[in-house]
Amino acid sequence: MNWFQAVVIGASAGGIKALSTVLSALPKEFPLPIIIVQHLYPHSSSRLAQILQKQSHLKIKEADEKEVIKNSVIYIAPPNYHLLIEEDRTFSLSVEGPVNYSRPSVDVLFETAALAYKSRLIGMILTGANNDGNFGVKQIKRRGGYLIIQDPETAEADSMPKAAIAAAKVNKILPIKQIGPYLLQLVNRSKKGPNI
Amino acid sequence: MDDIDNQNLELQLMLEAIHLKYGYDFRNYAKASVKRRIQHRMTKEKMANFSEMQHKLLYDVSFFERLLLDLSINVTEMFRDPTFYMALRKFVIPELRKHPFIKIWHAGCSTGEEVYSMAILLKEEGLYDQTQIYATDMNEVALKKAKDGIFDIGKLKQYTKNYQKSGGQSAFSDYYSAHYEHVVVDKSLKKNILFSDHNLATDGVFGEMNLILCRNVLIYFNRDLQNRVVGLFYDSLCPDGILCLGSKESLSFSKYTNAFDDVVKEEKIYRRLDSELI
Ligand SMILES: C[S@@+](CC[C@H](N)C(=O)[O-])C[C@H]1O[C@@H](n2cnc3c(N)ncnc32)[C@H](O)[C@@H]1O
Repeated sequence: MNWFQAVVIGASAGGIKALSTVLSALPKEFPLPIIIVQHLYPHSSSRLAQILQKQSHLKIKEADEKEVIKNSVIYIAPPNYHLLIEEDRTFSLSVEGPVNYSRPSVDVLFETAALAYKSRLIGMILTGANNDGNFGVKQIKRRGGYLIIQDPETAEADSMPKAAIAAAKVNKILPIKQIGPYLLQLVNRSKKGPNI
Repeated sequence: MDDIDNQNLELQLMLEAIHLKYGYDFRNYAKASVKRRIQHRMTKEKMANFSEMQHKLLYDVSFFERLLLDLSINVTEMFRDPTFYMALRKFVIPELRKHPFIKIWHAGCSTGEEVYSMAILLKEEGLYDQTQIYATDMNEVALKKAKDGIFDIGKLKQYTKNYQKSGGQSAFSDYYSAHYEHVVVDKSLKKNILFSDHNLATDGVFGEMNLILCRNVLIYFNRDLQNRVVGLFYDSLCPDGILCLGSKESLSFSKYTNAFDDVVKEEKIYRRLDSELI
C-alpha cells in the first residue's frame, strides 16, 4: 500500500511542455491517479488529453463529472469548467466564474483535493505567469500534504512557482527534468509509511 | 474525529437547518462545491465555524439571501456552446416544426441568456409565434434579471461571436438596443416567455413539454437528486419530447439511461422513449 493516494498538478503558461517532461518520466505502473489543471484559453477545444497522451505511458483522459477516480490514470480538467474532488473520491464540475482569472482554476482543484486526500496528497506547481494555486498549496500544507514545486529558474514563466514557494513551506523544489523521477521515487519510498 | 469530520457534521446540520427554516433543499447537492462556497462566505464574514454561521442564518434572513446567491451559481452566456445551438437548428427544429403549438421548458434558466438565445433561434426558424417558453429557476434575483432582459455591454463581443458561430442568420444587433453600459433585449423576444420560480429539488412536474433544456444545473447535484430531476423531466415531456443537457452532463449513468435515446450524442440531446420500454 502506498502512503500517498493522489497527485494534483497545476500549470499555466509553458505548462504543456513542462507536463510532457514530467509525465513522460512515469511508467505504466505508476500507482496513483494524477489530476491536472492546465490553464487554457476559455474557448479552446479539449485536445490537451490527446496531446499529452503522446508523451505518456499512462492512460490520459478528460475528467467527467461523478467519475470515480482510479489509480494509474491521468485526469485533465475540461476547458472552461472548474474541476473539484469530492470526499468520496469522485469528480465534480462547476461553471462558476473564473477564480484568479482562470477556469479551470488550480486553487479550486487543490482546495477540494486537500479535503479529500488530506496528508495522502502530493501537490505540484509547474511553470505559469500568474499566482493561481497560491491558496491551494496552503490548504494542502495545512492538511499535511506534500508539495513539489518546479524550480523557477527552469520555468518558462516563473511567477506561479515563485508565488507557491512564497505561500507555503514546500517540501521540494526541483528542476523540471528531475520532477518525474523524483515523484516516482517518492511514491515508491512511501510504501514503507509516511516518514519520508 | 478530526476537524474535517466535525466540519462535515456541521455542514450537514446547516443544510438541514436551511431546509427546515427556508424550504430550500441543498442536502443532495454535490458536496465539494457547496462546502467551498460556504467556506469562502465564512471567511469573508470573519466567522469562526459553520455553527456560528448557522446561527446567523436562522436569525438573519438577509444573510440567508446572500448565502443563497453564493450557492446558486448563476454564471451563464448567450449561445453558450455554439455547436449545441447548431445541432438544435439542424436536428431539433425539424422535429418541433411538426407541431402546431410548441411548449419549451428551460429549467435552471438563471439570468435568461439561454432563454433569449432560444427565442432568437426560434424567430429565425419562423417558429417563435407558435411557441410558449417556460423559464424557471429557484433564484428569484436571477429571475428578476432574466425578466428585465438587461445585460452587461462588456459581454456583447463574446455573445456576438457565439451567435455567429451558432449559425445565426442575421446581425446579432437586430436583437437588442445598446445603451451606455448595458444592452436591452428586443421586446418582441419576450412576448412568449413566462419566467417563474421553480425548484427542481422540491417542486413537481411541468406538463406536456416538447423540449426541455436543463444545462449546467445537474452538475451541482448528487446522483440521487440527478435521478429525481431526470425523472421529473421524463414525466414532463410529451411522447418523443426532447431533453437537452449541458456539454459535460450525460444520461449515461442515470437510472433513466434506457428511457431516452440519443439524438445528438456529443451535444447531449436526447429523446424520450415510450414508458413501456423502461
Ligand atoms: C450555472 S447556471 C446555468 C444557466 C444556464 N442553464 C446555462 O447553462 O448557461 C445554474 C442555475 O441553476 C439554478 N439552480 C440550482 N439549483 C436549482 C434547483 N434546485 N432548482 C432550480 N434551479 C436551480 C441556479 O440558480 C442557477 O441559476
